[in-house]
Amino acid sequence: MPEGTISRVATRRILEQRDDTVTICLPLFLAGGQGERDFAKENPCITVDGCQKRCAAVGVKKYGGVTPRSTIVISDIVRMLKCPKPTSRIKISPSDEELVRNTMRVIDEQIRNVKEGKN
Amino acid sequence: MGTVARRATYMVTDEMLPKQTQTTCLPLLTIEDEEAVEKVRSNPCITIDGCVARCAKKNVEYHKGNLRMAINVLDILKENPGLKPGTVLDIGLDGEKLAGKIAEKVVKIAGDTN
Repeated sequence: MPEGTISRVATRRILEQRDDTVTICLPLFLAGGQGERDFAKENPCITVDGCQKRCAAVGVKKYGGVTPRSTIVISDIVRMLKCPKPTSRIKISPSDEELVRNTMRVIDEQIRNVKEGKN
Repeated sequence: MGTVARRATYMVTDEMLPKQTQTTCLPLLTIEDEEAVEKVRSNPCITIDGCVARCAKKNVEYHKGNLRMAINVLDILKENPGLKPGTVLDIGLDGEKLAGKIAEKVVKIAGDTN
């Protein structure tokens, strides 16, 4: 779904902008990647899901025994900030760019909260 | 390579065979969503993986899905060494071409399956 693409792009850009975050391949984590699971156990985890099914949040808890410090859902951001819903799974339109930037702001804020011990 | 796999998938499901094919959200399958599991069990599946971990193939097999063919982007890359995809966010022209090669392969398999 398009929200999943927003999640991927925002997460990737955060990774490229900051030097204190990493991202984990979710299918690999869920498929049994022990390195990924160990890493998530040893480090604070923020999940960024595209939709209300919350596969990332549910998956890290179910398979990794990890409770995320923060769970972000793109469809919640769309609703809260009254952003236009994304429409493409492939291309980022100008209105999608706004949603990506808003998502990055939310992720940055949550990282700050985790670092300050608020989450 | 994962982005190339996604792009190839959408070429097939959105552009080349929109009426005959669908894609399933892989994380949804991995958390055992009933609808996703039923979908891979009751329909012929072609997986497109981006790396050697082959998470898509493994998950369809684990859920006893109807797996007809498993494609790995790395294998197609070996067959087309001149096509070098760009970055995760922008696979570039070569990445698009590589995705096209994969999509053509999927369309052929899907045609043989139907």
